Amino acid sequence: MALITCKNAAFAYEAQTVVQGLNFDVQSGDYLCVVGENGSGKSTLMKGILGLINPKEGEISFGDGLQQQQIGYLPQQNSAQKNFPASVYEVVLSGRLNSRGLLPFYSRHDRQIVAENIEKLGIVSIKDKSFRELSGGQQQRALLARALCATKKALLLDEPAAGLDPLVTSELYAVIKSLSAESGITIIMISHDIRAATEYASHILHLQNKQLFFGRTDEYLQTDTGKLFSAGGQ
Amino acid sequence: MTAIYELFNEMIRFTFMQRALAVGVLVSLCAALLGVNLVLKRYAMIGTGLSHVGFAAMAIAGVIDIAPLTMTMPVVVGTAFLLLRLNESNKINGDSAVALISTSGLAIGIIVLSLTTGITLHVCNIMFGSIFAMTQADMYVSIGLSIVVVGLFILFYKQLFAVTYDEDFARATGVKVEMYKSLLAVLTAVTMVLGMRMMGALLIASLTLFPALSAMRACKRFLSVVITAAIIGVVCFFIGMLISFGLDLPPGASVVSVNLVIFIIFSIAGLIRRGGVA
Repeated sequence: MALITCKNAAFAYEAQTVVQGLNFDVQSGDYLCVVGENGSGKSTLMKGILGLINPKEGEISFGDGLQQQQIGYLPQQNSAQKNFPASVYEVVLSGRLNSRGLLPFYSRHDRQIVAENIEKLGIVSIKDKSFRELSGGQQQRALLARALCATKKALLLDEPAAGLDPLVTSELYAVIKSLSAESGITIIMISHDIRAATEYASHILHLQNKQLFFGRTDEYLQTDTGKLFSAGGQ
Repeated sequence: MTAIYELFNEMIRFTFMQRALAVGVLVSLCAALLGVNLVLKRYAMIGTGLSHVGFAAMAIAGVIDIAPLTMTMPVVVGTAFLLLRLNESNKINGDSAVALISTSGLAIGIIVLSLTTGITLHVCNIMFGSIFAMTQADMYVSIGLSIVVVGLFILFYKQLFAVTYDEDFARATGVKVEMYKSLLAVLTAVTMVLGMRMMGALLIASLTLFPALSAMRACKRFLSVVITAAIIGVVCFFIGMLISFGLDLPPGASVVSVNLVIFIIFSIAGLIRRGGVA
């Protein structure tokens, strides 16, 4: 049983179909990169996976005990957050909200998971710092820790390297790779960076308002689009 | 110090003062707590819009002779929902929607009052507040509702934080974002109505803004911002009331002025500290 299965799905904003003909599945432990140009439907698909919009046609289903609300999500940052007075710890802790439901406050168990994830991402030394004082790379690590707190199985990352310098970007990719390899977390990453995508991901989904390619990365590199784009990305 | 103590003793000898203090402390607390979320969520102006609509509702309540709370509460809570819907519809900009509603509220209120009582001291009291506004029944209702507001804020603290900090993430993890936004708006509406007659329809909204903005100058964590804002809100209210009583000034204006002074002090302190670090 696949973790996430997309069957003949199409997504639309109001009447306008943004992306259609989606047929792919994500198995536990996969590292899937969704690539494509701006406006190709990557973000729309992501909203569909998160359940923020419903498919216009077809369906998305979840298996292996994964619930839609238990996908750890790393959104692109908005400008309001840059000046938000919250400590790293508070931000990471808010990732436990979905497991807590309507019960007030957070439990000791929640705090323990937060501590583990803070440790895992190497941000122990900055956990009491204010989020707004962090560098871009540190902020992404904090948000990644929050996403991990919300999930046991799958992370969905939306352009995690946007706005980061090359060194920090490769560090972040290494962290994501280790989460995939060592913790067995399924990764779905939306990316412009096709070179990094083909370097790290096990599977590629290439969109252009429809599904151009879905399959293993080595297969992708043999296709014409794969050759064209990976060459273009270098 | 003894002079202040004596002033305080003299002040609480009056029943109307006891009521004003009891309700005022609670309303200031509610306003300061909610204000942190409102300011950070960029809903800062919502209080202004709501209180100005409250002004119109209160004017109309006076004309048709029903209790002010009975009239204003449903109208203002209804307006809070309307404002949120307007915000989401994207047809009118959020701040334009608030400006539209708040000026309309003022205009309607003034017209109603001009047609009936004329612009009198009564009108002045509605706009700028009066400590004599509280009846005993009002006081009990106000205290009860304030406690409900604070209780709900504490109960849903973590959801309100999540929704304020990152709506997308909250929504993705299954938080009913719209519900908590409505909760925030309704709690704000209730607080505005409760504080309006004492602090004045034109001034009450600032009780949500000043404590939060002052606290944000000094604190780095969300929880410390919330706690500091609550303390600032209550302390400023108290000092403002003492000044108001001692110098025979309107209570709302005194409290807001104390808040302004505190904000300036915190801003300067913040600048000095940041300058010192760098």
